[in-house]
Amino acid sequence: MSELTSPSSGHIRVDGVSKRFAQADGGGTVALEDCSFTVEPGKLTVLMGPSGCGKSTLAYLLAGYLDLDVGRVTIDGVPVQGSGPDRMLVFQETALWPWMSVVENVMFGPLARGVMSRQDARREALELLAQFGLGGFGERYPKHLSGGMKRRAELAQALINRPKVMILDEPLRGLDVMTRELMQEYYMQLFERTHCTTLFITSELEEAIFLADRLLFMSPAPGRIIETMEVDLPHPRGFETMETARYLEIKRRATDVLNQSGAFQEV
Amino acid sequence: MNAASGGYRRRPLNWRGGLAVGAFLVLWELLVRFKVPGIATVPGPIESLVVFWNKYATQAAYWQSWLASFRRVLLGFVFAQLLGIPLGLLLGTRDRFRELVFPVIELLRPIPPLAWVPLSILFWPTHEFSIVFITFIGAFFIITINVFDGVRAIRREHIWLARSLGASEARIFRRIVLPSVLPAIGVGMTLGMAVTWNVVIAAEMIAGDNGLGRLTWEGYVSHTSTVVIIGMVSIGIAGYLSVLVISWLERRLAPWRD
Repeated sequence: MSELTSPSSGHIRVDGVSKRFAQADGGGTVALEDCSFTVEPGKLTVLMGPSGCGKSTLAYLLAGYLDLDVGRVTIDGVPVQGSGPDRMLVFQETALWPWMSVVENVMFGPLARGVMSRQDARREALELLAQFGLGGFGERYPKHLSGGMKRRAELAQALINRPKVMILDEPLRGLDVMTRELMQEYYMQLFERTHCTTLFITSELEEAIFLADRLLFMSPAPGRIIETMEVDLPHPRGFETMETARYLEIKRRATDVLNQSGAFQEV
Repeated sequence: MNAASGGYRRRPLNWRGGLAVGAFLVLWELLVRFKVPGIATVPGPIESLVVFWNKYATQAAYWQSWLASFRRVLLGFVFAQLLGIPLGLLLGTRDRFRELVFPVIELLRPIPPLAWVPLSILFWPTHEFSIVFITFIGAFFIITINVFDGVRAIRREHIWLARSLGASEARIFRRIVLPSVLPAIGVGMTLGMAVTWNVVIAAEMIAGDNGLGRLTWEGYVSHTSTVVIIGMVSIGIAGYLSVLVISWLERRLAPWRD
């Protein structure tokens, strides 16, 4: 599966980014203000922040769905302009198209760009789905999948395009606790195989530490990065990682950061 | 056959619905037999059925009434879809077009279809054209507004994702916008079909010389209440059959919703 991505690419650089949304009454909401950070290639960076702090806005800016007001976003030195298959975003709510079968959802990207024949795209999509534990579900509609299966199908839908960067916007939100924990471990294993540069957005501290190579803490709105913390937990990681002294030490430090910043007072 | 291959599954017979219709007919018959005030002058279902069987079931004119009404409904309804669906799509996807055209639609939409009758009779060369036009009006605004709302309800994530994956605007329209709007088209067609039957019957009573509406009206004018009942029940069955066809079509076009 490692050939699906290139771990040496996908260096994200966000410099002094601000974003304001105009309102009908003439006012506006400042979602991001002077937000700066970097995401190293082949690393899993987790962005944490309270509700409404602009995490999703940042994800949409990186994906090219929104335009910047101020600042600069580059990937491997190239400014982000519009959306593209080099940056795949997995949304909070499933965005699988309900009228297409799961395999059609996965093969949509290569077919849309004309980079594969229908036969090749279908074969690769089915292989990928099998690797993602969805071997028997390719011909089903998304509504026949459970929450965790939909998330895996979306990962397959993204990775078939060999993106430089994966952006996951609270992808495990809304899943039950058991599925959520299984998906955390699943994504960790996937990342350890692919080393696809990942920006994972969450508001769950334990999830963040378990997954992260680097933690970014965001302030309440208008969002900006207030603290960066390296997470040097060894790989491969499993649930037993969360019982180690090092994990608990990082968790204590991260909790101190959150308490001092007041970032989670309103959560 | 797997779920996504477009297979159509026959729905089990709704025996509860059949039971409810039977109970309604029994209650109606009992109310008539016991001469409940207000109902006593209304013919019961058995009497109506007997009259229908003896006088109308084999009468060509009766079935021509069905044909005439169905033809008007079909013509008005189909023209409404042919114009309303593209118009709703344009309104939903083209801002300038919406700014230009939507106020006109909003101005015309509240006018009840039957208010168009006098103008329609003056404008069209025959009563037949007038009735079809009024039927068209009945379904046109409903389908237009439903499709327009359907386009506006498309999840932006669905469009964004397709753009990220490199889809052209034409492919996005064909593979994302159109399937997204299909359920709204189904709702618009179902509502439009019901209104179309309401309108065609009223229009036939006013301006028609045949059709189920005319049959019912003639029953009223000739004080033959069994004919009124036969006309009403026929209209009910015709409308129900039309909606069944629309539901079948909807399930064929959007099998993922089943």
